[in-house]
Amino acid sequence: MDDAPRDMIAIKNLVKHFGHVQAVNGVSLTVAQGKVVVIIGPSGSGKSTVLRCINHLESPTGGEIWVDGIKLTHDHKNINAIRAEVGIVFQQFNLFPHLTALGNIMLAQRVVRKRKREEAARIARQQLARVGIPEKADVYPAQLSGGQQQRVAIARALAMNPKIMLFDEPTSALDPEMIKEVLDVMLALAKEGMTMAVVTHEMGFARNAADEIIFMDQGLIVERGTPDIFFGNPREERTRLFLSQILH
Amino acid sequence: MDAAMAPITSTPSTAMWRQWNLSQVRWWVWLILIAAADVLLFVAIARDELYTLIFGKVQQGIVLTLFVTLVAYFLALAIGLIVGLGRVSKNGIIYNLATLYVQIIRGVPILVQIFFVSFVATPAFFELLKAIGAALSGVLGPDNFLAQTSTQDVSLLARAVVALTVAYGGYEAETFRAGIESIGRGQMEAARSLGMSYFQAMRYVILPQAVRNVLPPLGNDFVSMLKDSSLVSVLGVRDITQEARLYVAASFRYPETYYMLAFMYLNMTIPLSMAVRWLEGRMGSGRRAA
Repeated sequence: MDDAPRDMIAIKNLVKHFGHVQAVNGVSLTVAQGKVVVIIGPSGSGKSTVLRCINHLESPTGGEIWVDGIKLTHDHKNINAIRAEVGIVFQQFNLFPHLTALGNIMLAQRVVRKRKREEAARIARQQLARVGIPEKADVYPAQLSGGQQQRVAIARALAMNPKIMLFDEPTSALDPEMIKEVLDVMLALAKEGMTMAVVTHEMGFARNAADEIIFMDQGLIVERGTPDIFFGNPREERTRLFLSQILH
Repeated sequence: MDAAMAPITSTPSTAMWRQWNLSQVRWWVWLILIAAADVLLFVAIARDELYTLIFGKVQQGIVLTLFVTLVAYFLALAIGLIVGLGRVSKNGIIYNLATLYVQIIRGVPILVQIFFVSFVATPAFFELLKAIGAALSGVLGPDNFLAQTSTQDVSLLARAVVALTVAYGGYEAETFRAGIESIGRGQMEAARSLGMSYFQAMRYVILPQAVRNVLPPLGNDFVSMLKDSSLVSVLGVRDITQEARLYVAASFRYPETYYMLAFMYLNMTIPLSMAVRWLEGRMGSGRRAA
């Protein structure tokens, strides 16, 4: 199709209302292949909602979303197909507590990708090694630290060979000393050329990894730009105010 | 003994040991007391001619009691799971149908449900079959198998099992619903975001955790089913209660017979209840946090 965008993610005029609450009021953005877009903003600004609309965890009230040239619809087959290509990492990890780390990473490979047990296990071990905890394969989530749990969650998403990775405040629920181990994994992913959309409050990560930074407030994009310009010379008064509050 | 009186050498681990020990002692005391009383009663029964006779009569129904309990319970689990899934469904029609079923079941006494299934629903069902058979007589012939069916084809035992299944299906549905709702929303989101369908997420992520959480209530419901299986005696199905009633009718030995009947139920329900409590305790200590 001619009008299908060539970007990995293309969002056109996205609107999302929760009852009377207008979470997102017309947001348009694109993420090109291999690029990292970091979305920042105060809580309640709609940044997580935008992310959750991309894999249809929230169904948009209006607007269009294209993922890898495929338009997102309400059709279940379409949604499941897109979700298998889009990995997401949550603030609360959401590991499956009844399965080991390896079991967590294997489940969707077997059920969705229909991989054989041996193949799924081999890939799971590769991904655990990739996030730096190959020795935790047979451990249950409750016995892992927060940082380790989040790394298993990243490995679980990566094992599906996603074309895009979404991160919804991946370090916000972590103790301070565990944030770095997760950010390091994300940084390595970005360097490897993974297409990423990241909602975070970690400005260090945004500065180092982002190709573009998007600042949202009250359901709208206030400002966007490269890290240098965004942090060095923001145009909008609201951006300056926000940055002055979080950069001490 | 409170903490202040504990020896100075007491460490957190010994304090934990004491706590664990106390609850274990109570459990074992119960078991020993009951087992001892039970043995005494058995000896008394074995040495008494009349009680031996009554036991011989009443125990003839034990296979039926266990059969009704097991079959109705496991069928009720199947219905309960399906209806329970309906109770958490986002589809309005499915949700409302499931809710209607649960509301009706929970609002009518089980005894009345047994009468209703046996003497209203079953005949009505066969009237319907016959009507269909008559309507299709042109196609299938006047003596087709549908027209030949009769309410008498279904034994009162089968009707009793169906009635208990339908009744307990409603209760188990609420148990499963509670279990499913005890699992955080994030689990479903994580499973769905990995590309799983709703039913795959239920099957592999939600239900394994939900069922684990509701094992104790499911176990209690099994004990309840064992007790409620005595209701089938109103249909003349010869479980242990009916055997006892038959003996009483012939002998007028009310106290001896009903003591014996109660004794036999207790001998089944108390060990089962203890097994459920043991299961509960094991889960409490071994529970894995989300």
